[in-house]
Amino acid sequence: MGKRVLVTGIDTFWGGRMAHALEGSSEVDVVLGMGIREPTIALERTEFVRSDQTYSILARIVRATQVDTVVHTFLVTDSTRTTAKAVHEINVIGTMNLLAACGAAGSSVRHMVIKSSTLVYGASPYDPTWFREEDVRKEPPRTPVERSLIEVEDLIQDFAEDNPHTVVTVLRFANVLGPDIVTPLSSNLSRALVPSVAGFDPSVQFVEETDVVRCLEYFSAHEIPGLYNVAGKGRIPWSEVLAICGRRPLWLPPLGTRASANILSRLGLIIFPPEIEDLLHYGRGVDTSRLEASGFHTRYSTAGAVRSFIRALRLRQSLGGDDKPLYRYEADVETFFRHSPAVVRANEP
Amino acid sequence: MGQRRSPLDALTRPPLDALTRPPLDALTRPPLDALTRPPQDALTRPPQDALAGTPTPAPRDSGSTERYHGLMTPNRHVAGLAEHRSSLVPLRPPGPDAAEDRSDERLSDVDEWGRSEHMRELVRRYGDPMYRYWFRVEWQGLEKIPLAGGALLVSNHAAAIPSDAPVIMHGIEKELGRPVYGLADYFFRQVPAIGTLWSRLGGVTAHPDNALRLLRDQGQLALVFPEGAKGPSKSVRERYRLRRFGRGGFVEIAMRAGVPVVPLAVVGAEESMPVLFQIPALARALGVPYWPVTINQLVLGPVLGTVIHFPAKFRIRVLDPIYFDVPPGHERYSKSRVMDEAETIRQLIQETLYEMLRDRRSVWFG
Repeated sequence: MGKRVLVTGIDTFWGGRMAHALEGSSEVDVVLGMGIREPTIALERTEFVRSDQTYSILARIVRATQVDTVVHTFLVTDSTRTTAKAVHEINVIGTMNLLAACGAAGSSVRHMVIKSSTLVYGASPYDPTWFREEDVRKEPPRTPVERSLIEVEDLIQDFAEDNPHTVVTVLRFANVLGPDIVTPLSSNLSRALVPSVAGFDPSVQFVEETDVVRCLEYFSAHEIPGLYNVAGKGRIPWSEVLAICGRRPLWLPPLGTRASANILSRLGLIIFPPEIEDLLHYGRGVDTSRLEASGFHTRYSTAGAVRSFIRALRLRQSLGGDDKPLYRYEADVETFFRHSPAVVRANEP
Repeated sequence: MGQRRSPLDALTRPPLDALTRPPLDALTRPPLDALTRPPQDALTRPPQDALAGTPTPAPRDSGSTERYHGLMTPNRHVAGLAEHRSSLVPLRPPGPDAAEDRSDERLSDVDEWGRSEHMRELVRRYGDPMYRYWFRVEWQGLEKIPLAGGALLVSNHAAAIPSDAPVIMHGIEKELGRPVYGLADYFFRQVPAIGTLWSRLGGVTAHPDNALRLLRDQGQLALVFPEGAKGPSKSVRERYRLRRFGRGGFVEIAMRAGVPVVPLAVVGAEESMPVLFQIPALARALGVPYWPVTINQLVLGPVLGTVIHFPAKFRIRVLDPIYFDVPPGHERYSKSRVMDEAETIRQLIQETLYEMLRDRRSVWFG
């Protein structure tokens, strides 16, 4: 019997991607997507439930569908998308309800994959060059997103202790760049002038978006427990990221960075959520040796992820229309190719 | 790599890919179920199932043929999709470009620690006259520094702006052709420009993880000053008297990494920028570890005196490498053993310094 997978946050970028990837796997019998809005991706066989993350609904969904794997992708890591209060509500309360539902008596859930972020480490001058999974940050979290993610990981830790028979996988992803994902950093890098803090040239690390989906897929297929950092190989200076993208720096003063950034973002010149303030001072690197030992290898290095992002952006700009996606999922055409009796298929039995 | 993928290629690739996907799978799979069914249906169905207590999954293959025919009547889903289309996230299944992904072309030579060989080369070129003609550095026993493999260089530390670190790093790179990473206080990273420059020149935050990775995993030379800020901040009256060697962390790291400690004794740095006294209040107000008033500032004025070292003659003696007879890789070692070793190394450097000072005839000419 194949797997029955519940993807939370099907309406988010990652939820949709993940459901799409799971649909292609022959190991997976049922893909169930849950979200507060409709998915933004054309999905073929995913069952979609529109629901928020209240406990009673979650518990009923989990019980009724007998899912054995839960892929938790709805954690918010970008504070420009929502308010601080909503971040807490979605990340902490939503996860708490989900964990409660999955840990209920008689629950069929055997495996949980949680998409977390390296934001839990923060960025400070006291950091090691490479954070290992067991390292604890020296400075308390300063932004709502970081605080909520740390709280979420604590909840997951408790859940894993209370449910020793459930395989729990927590994946901490570095900052993502790629052809399609929109983050504060990618929006900044799409402009001619990119915010940089004068006197600082931090080394940053990225992971490419297809690697993120591949990683989530790998860990949900193989049921490997544990906590893993996921990032592309190497750290590169922020100035080099700008050079790869062909951008000029927009210098922010080293003192009063926040205040001047606020003015510039009010003017619409930059996007500067609090999470990237420390990052642009001190950078962040995570050690991925544990990930590699698990058998998963990222395809893109950090520099490769930046190149993948900028090449897609250049193509998009050359074709005109900044925001139009490169390839649209032409669902009716796809349907025709896949299912029309008129199409001749090679391996027809 | 860029030339392999033309825009056209990217546009045509995804549909082709969709075609080559396992066709059997696509046939047996309930196709486009989620799309053709109105969302309300999906919303109401599972709870009903739950109430009826039928958790068993619906058989996968049932009625797949009717579904095809149903789908072939176009109007059912095409209309519904039209509104969605603008919001669709584009999908590009991983294509045949997997090979090019592995390339790690770089535009700069800044390594993972922030060190740039190019910047080092510049400093080596323009700093060499300073090394050769200003400080006139002389090494004794340079051959004791291993030419390959990790080793932890441990030295005494002096001068308000420590001149010993750049001199040691420059000398070893020049003479042995090996890069040296200088382990320094967290404080440096917070200083704009200086912090970045220091890291480009081989400075690394003195974090145990960093030291371990450099020494054990990468087999590099790392330079550490166990006195920390207590060395350079001491006053001229206490010159050449070593401060406490931290908590012996450097010994523990060397034990864990399984590398030798190579002690260095540096004579000359103390007189290159001697500290007269400290202004602790100013240091606290500025958030720096110490704020000294130096003899250089008295002699050369407040501006030049802050940045220019006196041309004291440098002598650096390399002592025999110390190998610890313990198995590497342990998380912790006997604290007393660690402290003993640290104290022994401190004594060794201290005695060597006295020995070198006995032979020194002049501060400026050696």
